[in-house]
Parts: sequence; C-alpha cells; structure tokens
Amino acid sequence: MDYYLQILTNVGIFITLTLSLNLINGYCGQFSLGHAGFWGVGAYASAVYGVYFALPIDPALNMAIALSIGFVAAALCGLLIGIPCLRLKGDYLAIATIGFSEILRIIIMNTESIGGPRGFTNIPRWSNSWWVWGIALAVTLFMLNLKRSAHGRAIISIREDEIAAETMGVNLFRYKLFSFIVGAGIAGMAGSLVAHDQQFLHPNNFSFMWSVCILVMVILGGQGSVSGSIVGAVILTILPEILKLIGSNVSTWRVSIYAALMIILMLTRPQGIFGPHELFEKKRLKGVA
Amino acid sequence: MTTPLLDIQNVTMKFGGLTAVRDVSFTVQKKDLVAVIGPNGAGKTTLFNMITGIYEPTIGSVVLDGLPLNKKMASEITDLGIARTFQNIRLFNNLSVLDNIKIARHTRIKYSFFDGIFKTKKYRAEEKMIEEESIKLLALFNLDSKKDLLAKNLPYGAQRKLEMARALATKPKLLLLDEPAAGMNPTETKELSELIHFIREEFQIAVILIEHDMRLVMEIAEKIFVLDYGNLIASGSAKDVQNNPKVVEAYLGAEI
Repeated sequence: MDYYLQILTNVGIFITLTLSLNLINGYCGQFSLGHAGFWGVGAYASAVYGVYFALPIDPALNMAIALSIGFVAAALCGLLIGIPCLRLKGDYLAIATIGFSEILRIIIMNTESIGGPRGFTNIPRWSNSWWVWGIALAVTLFMLNLKRSAHGRAIISIREDEIAAETMGVNLFRYKLFSFIVGAGIAGMAGSLVAHDQQFLHPNNFSFMWSVCILVMVILGGQGSVSGSIVGAVILTILPEILKLIGSNVSTWRVSIYAALMIILMLTRPQGIFGPHELFEKKRLKGVA
Repeated sequence: MTTPLLDIQNVTMKFGGLTAVRDVSFTVQKKDLVAVIGPNGAGKTTLFNMITGIYEPTIGSVVLDGLPLNKKMASEITDLGIARTFQNIRLFNNLSVLDNIKIARHTRIKYSFFDGIFKTKKYRAEEKMIEEESIKLLALFNLDSKKDLLAKNLPYGAQRKLEMARALATKPKLLLLDEPAAGMNPTETKELSELIHFIREEFQIAVILIEHDMRLVMEIAEKIFVLDYGNLIASGSAKDVQNNPKVVEAYLGAEI
C-alpha cells in the first residue's frame, strides 16, 4: 500500500514540477534546461529550515512556512540567473541554465552542514498526500487562469514572436523574468514537498538528467497545455513503475521500452499529446494539425 | 501653430560604419496620410524601427505629441500611441485570430495580475468588454467569421488585414504600415487603398506608409517623403515628387 501511495505522491509532485516548467518553456517559450536546479534549491532551503530552524508549532504551519521558504529561495535563484540569462535565446539560454543548475548541485555537494555528498538526513516529515495534491491543484488552477488573462496572453505572445509582442506593448524583459521567477518558485515548492516527504535529500536527485525528464514530460503532454503537463507527468511517472512490475524480462528492458515509446510518440505526434490545447475547451480552434 | 503629432528631428542611424539614415527631419500632423518611398535599402524600415523604439537613433530624436521618445522601450511607445505592421508579416501564428487582437489590448488592460488569477468581477467584466470590442474590430475587416482560425491558416491578404487590425487594437494615434501592398494583386491593392482611407476616417488617426506600389502611393498619400541612401531627398505632394529631378535620378539613374 505504501508503495502505491508513494507513487501517487510522486505523481503529484511531478505534476507541479511539469506545470512550473510549462510556464517557462511552454507559455513563455524560453528553453530552460536547469529546472532541477530550482527544484533542488527549494528542497534544500526548506530542509535547512526543517532541520536547523524549525519552530515548535503545528507541523501544518511548519509545512506552510517550509513551502514559502522553498518558493522564495528558488524564486530568488530564478531572479539571479534570469537577469543575465534572459538576454540569451534558444540553445544559448539552455546551455546557460544547465551550467547554472550544475553549479548549484556542486555547491550543495560541497557544503558539509547540509550533508554534502552523503545526503541531507533527518528532515522532519511534515508533508502528506493532502499537501502534495493541494499544491498540484492550486498550481493547475493558477496556470489555467493565467492562460486566460491578459498577462498570460502577453507571456504567450512572447513565445510566438518577440518583436511583434514588444510592438504590441508587451514588456519583454518583465514578462520573461516573471515567468522565470514564478516557474522557479513553483519548482521550489515541489522541492519542499519532496524534502518533507522523503526526509532525505541527495544532490544527485537534482542532476541534469531530472531537468531533461521534466522537459520530456512537458513536451510529451504538449507545450503550453495544462492538461498536457498533467497527463505527461502522470504517464512518465507511472510508466516506469508499470514496466518494473510486469516481470523480470520486461524489467530488464524497461528503459529501452520507455525510450522506444517516446520516439514513436514524437514521430507520430510531434506537438505532444494535447498540442497547445486543454482537455475541456469550449471552442476548439480550427485547422490545428 | 499646434504641436505636430510626430516630429522627427535630425535623426541619424549608424550601424558600425554604415549610416542607414542620415540627418532626416520631418513632421506629421494629426490625421495626415503620408508615404515614405525610396529604392530598396534607402532606410525606410530603419526609420520605422527608430520611430517605434526597436532602434534608438544614434543622433537626433523622435517626438510624439511634444513628448520625446528617446530611451523609451518599444512597449512604452506602443502605450503612448504608435502602432505598426511589418514588412514580413509577424502575426502570432499559432494563436487564434481573436487572440491576436486581444493581445494587442495589452497596454489598455486595467485589471491587475491577481484579478486575472482569481477571476474577480473586474476581470470578467473587462474580459467581456475586450472580447466584444475585438470582435467588433474584426468585423470592420471582415475577419469576424474567421476569429477561431489560427492566424497562420489565413490567406495572405487576410493576414495583412489582421496585422492592421491588430495594430489598431492598441488604440494608436499614429499607424505605421510597412509595405502593406507587398504581394497583392491590383484588385487587392485597390481594396487596400480604400481600407487605408477608411481606417483614417473611422479611427481618426494619422497613417504613415512605406510602399513600393507607386500607383497606391500617388493615389492616397497627401504628402510623400523620398529617401535615398539614408538621405531625405525630396518631400511634397505626389506631383512635386514626381517632377523632382533628384527623385527621378534615385529611381532611374542619372543621365550620362
């Protein structure tokens, strides 16, 4: 039972993470490959609070404080990297963000007081499924409403054509930075949930491979689609577990099967499962591939 | 004398060693319909880019309604009332026709970010208004029946129209059209000239257009400015410009 509950929790956390990257990558069109870095910063920052500064109050209150700390810490990192990096575009931005997230990981790796390469232990367990799914739901609503507001449309117009967006009165730098900071902050909250759920953190849990993984979830579901991010996160979190369960033979091949499925999906549906759409849309746009 | 709507004062634009626009000055009054012409590479689009804040003039300044635009970002200039279209159409291709218009309302939005996230009354009221206004605007261009199409799936002529509608949605005082007739056939061009007249009357704004189609220019422009190699070589009515030897030389070459 615990095993299934753990998978369910992971699904919730990955939904939050995927949505937060969708804001940066899917809505705003900024190609960031350092998302695990923000996730890690949020996790470690709120774990530091839990281990060293925890107040003697109700765990629920403590969890709320930890979540805020995770958000703020990651958002600050987003601001710090956003200001210089958002002058870069496309591939260059991707490389800069990879570098940034690796630097963060190495710093964590070399800081003794937060466990260094041994990992950070004894983090109080404040989180539970309610928190995880509550946050996932709140972020989902945030993303859906943002998409339908003028501010969300401004962010999406940057993805479509920067020069045209600017000429239509969209302040490029402000909205790019906004997406970066909020996207990073939400990833930080996901980190906080991981820290207070698993009670143990290791720097390698936030390596470059995880940034890629989250990006794959966004792309699989469809960039810019909230429903897509949710479905992408669900499929890619559960699929490896299912492949593991089927049997020893399949289990050995699970990584290859997983990869093959990804290739088939991308060949047949390059825009992702949902494209830019949502599951329940009042009016479907005509002529979408 | 009243302040002109747009006052371009001795602007020069240098890209490294190349001077794209050299010491150009002119003014545009409210409700003027003027054209900027010149051979390819004369600096017409560069001029537009300076007016809209995409480039900052190396020397000189652009003044809108008495307010200098130096150091202002392109988005602020849109807010102040200059809108434009592009030579190579720049629509938000993967968004619907309606969303293209809605985005252009951006600087006129009054509800806050949190109003949008929590879908407050203010948000709903204003979004409803935006939707209605946008559809009304599209109707003026006969695009309202296509509002749910993706912008990239519109035919070429409709894309040009949508770009104009989108520029007008920012509620400008001055509209810049960069080669609106490019790629249009004579019938479409004729329609376009009616459309430009209509826009000026309906929205009570000034229009500056860059155009290579001389028939269109001579027919609609009240005043014409001629650029050649970045210099303003002539200005005046269609007739003045046609008979100006410098203009003839720029287009046809000098007699040997």
